Amino acid sequence: MALLDVKDLSIHFGGVKAVQNVSFSIDSGIVYSVIGPNGAGKTTLFNLITGVYKPTAGEIHLDGESIGGKSPNELATRGVARTFQNLQICMNMTAIENVMVGAHLRLDRNLIKAALRFPTLKRRDAELREEAAELMRFVGLGKYVEARADSMPYGALKRLEIARALAMKPRLIFLDEPAAGLNPKETIEVDELVRKVADSGVTVVLVEHDMKMVMNLSDRILVLDYGKKLTEGTGEEVRKNPDVIAAYLGAHA
Amino acid sequence: MKKNAYFGLYIVIAILAVLPFVVPNSFYLDLVIRMAINAVIVLGLNLLIGFAGQISMGHAGFLGIGAYASAVLPTHFGWHPVLAMAAGAVVTGLLAGLVARPIFKLKGHYLAMATLGLGIILNIAIRNEANWTGGPDGMPVPAMGLFGFELSSDKHWYWVVALLLSVSVWASLNLIDSPFGRALRALHGSEVASQVVGVDVVRYKVAIFVLSAVFASLMGSVTAHYVGFVTPNLADFFHSIELVTMVVIGGMASVYGSLVGAVLLTALPQALATFEGWETVAFGSILMLCMIFMPKGLVPTLAAKFGKGD
Repeated sequence: MALLDVKDLSIHFGGVKAVQNVSFSIDSGIVYSVIGPNGAGKTTLFNLITGVYKPTAGEIHLDGESIGGKSPNELATRGVARTFQNLQICMNMTAIENVMVGAHLRLDRNLIKAALRFPTLKRRDAELREEAAELMRFVGLGKYVEARADSMPYGALKRLEIARALAMKPRLIFLDEPAAGLNPKETIEVDELVRKVADSGVTVVLVEHDMKMVMNLSDRILVLDYGKKLTEGTGEEVRKNPDVIAAYLGAHA
Repeated sequence: MKKNAYFGLYIVIAILAVLPFVVPNSFYLDLVIRMAINAVIVLGLNLLIGFAGQISMGHAGFLGIGAYASAVLPTHFGWHPVLAMAAGAVVTGLLAGLVARPIFKLKGHYLAMATLGLGIILNIAIRNEANWTGGPDGMPVPAMGLFGFELSSDKHWYWVVALLLSVSVWASLNLIDSPFGRALRALHGSEVASQVVGVDVVRYKVAIFVLSAVFASLMGSVTAHYVGFVTPNLADFFHSIELVTMVVIGGMASVYGSLVGAVLLTALPQALATFEGWETVAFGSILMLCMIFMPKGLVPTLAAKFGKGD
C-alpha cells in the first residue's frame, strides 16, 4: 500500500481554483518530485497535505488513515515533516535551538518540571543538544553549531530547515524548493543531501525548479499546471511528454 | 541561551541580600519592595510578551483579582489570607484560561484590544461592587500571617518579596531553556514552523497567558497585604500599560531586562518628583527617547553593545 494517497484534492480561494482534482500516490522509501511552472499550485499542494490549508474537497490518506483537514501539529505526530520555500527559521533563537525545536514531540514538555529544572529534563536536553549538533553536521552545518540563526547566510538557513525537519525523525518529509536561491555549488551539495536523507529511509517529496536536480533524484515526478495534474511518471516519461514541454516552453504545440 | 545566563541570578541574589543593610531609610526600603513586586509581575508578563510574542493590555485586571481576593475573602468571609491568595490565583487562572482560547484566535491589534477590554471589565466590576470592594474608595486588607508569625514590618516583607523574586528569576531562566520554553520562543519566531514540528500553538499561548496572569494575581495579593489597603487603581488600564512599558523598556525576551524595566519605572516617578508639575512630561520624554534610541530595550541593547548576551 502507498504511504501517501491523495485523491481528487481541490482547494479554492474565492474564485481561484489553486488545486483541482489532483490525485496521486507515493510509495514508501522513494523520492517523489512535484514540478510545474510558477503558480502551478505546488506549494499550495504541500500546504494542503501538511495541514496548513484545509482542502475544499478530496481525500488524503497517510498509511491508510484519513488526514485531510488535520492541523499541522496533528500531522507532525504522525511523522510528517516539511521545510518552507520562504524560510521559516526562528531568528530569535540560536541555530541549534531551531533544530532542537524539531524534536519537540519527542520531549517532556511539562511546564512545572521545566520551571523547576528537573534533572531528567536537563539530561534529556543535553543529549538532544548532542543529537542536534550531529544533525547539523549531517546537513553540512558543522561550523554553525554555536551560531545564532540571524547571523547565518541564506544557503545555510535552507539546510537548517532540513535539519530541523529531520530532528522530528519523520517518515515523510516535504522539501519545498531546497535549492532555490542557491549557487550551483550549493545546489549540488543540497542534491547530495537530499539523496542522503532518502537513503536514511525517509520518504522524500520534493518541489524544485532545478530540473537537473529533479531528474537526478526523483523516482517519480508529478507535473502540475494551473492547479491541475498534467501527468505523472518516471523522469524519462515526463521529459518526453509533449504536454509538459508545452507547459514549460509555452509552445502552441 | 548562553551558558552563563545563571550568573546574573547570583548577582541578583547578592544585591537582594545586601540591599536592606544599605538602604538609608524606610522610604527607600518601601521603594525597593515595590520594585521587587513589580519585577515579579514583569517577569511573568515578559514570558508572554517578549518570549511568546503575545500582548496583554489587561494584566492589571488579574493583579486586581488577586489583590481583592486577599482583601474581600478574609474581611467578609473570615478566610485565612493564604487560602484567599490561593483562591485568587485559582480564579485568575480559570478566568484567564477561559477567555484565552477565543482571544488567542486573534492576533496583533485584535489581541491587544481583547485583553484591554478584559482588563477594563475587571476594573469596572471592582469599582461597582462597592458592597464587597468599597468601590472607588477601596478597602483595608487584614494582615498576612503564616504559621502564627505575622508579617507586619517592612523588613519581613522585604525578605518575602526578595525570596519570591529570586525564585521567579530562577524559574524563568529554567523555563526559557526547556522544551516548553523553546516551543514558546519558536511560535514567536515562526508560528507555522512551530506548528509543523508539532507545537500546538494555541495551547502554548493559553498556558503562558494563564501562567503570567497567575503571577500577576499572586503579586496582587502580596501588594494588598503589604500595603494594607487596596484601591481599584491597582487594576486599572494605566497600571496595565505601565507593566507593559516596563517589559518594553527593560527589554523584550530578556529576564534581566524585566528586572531593570521594573526597577527603573518604579523609581523614575520618585526621582522625577523634583520636577513638580512637569514630572509626567519628563517621564514621557524619557520613555520616548528610550524607544527611539533603544527600541530593543535597555538590557538587550547594552548587551549587544558590550558583546554579551543574557
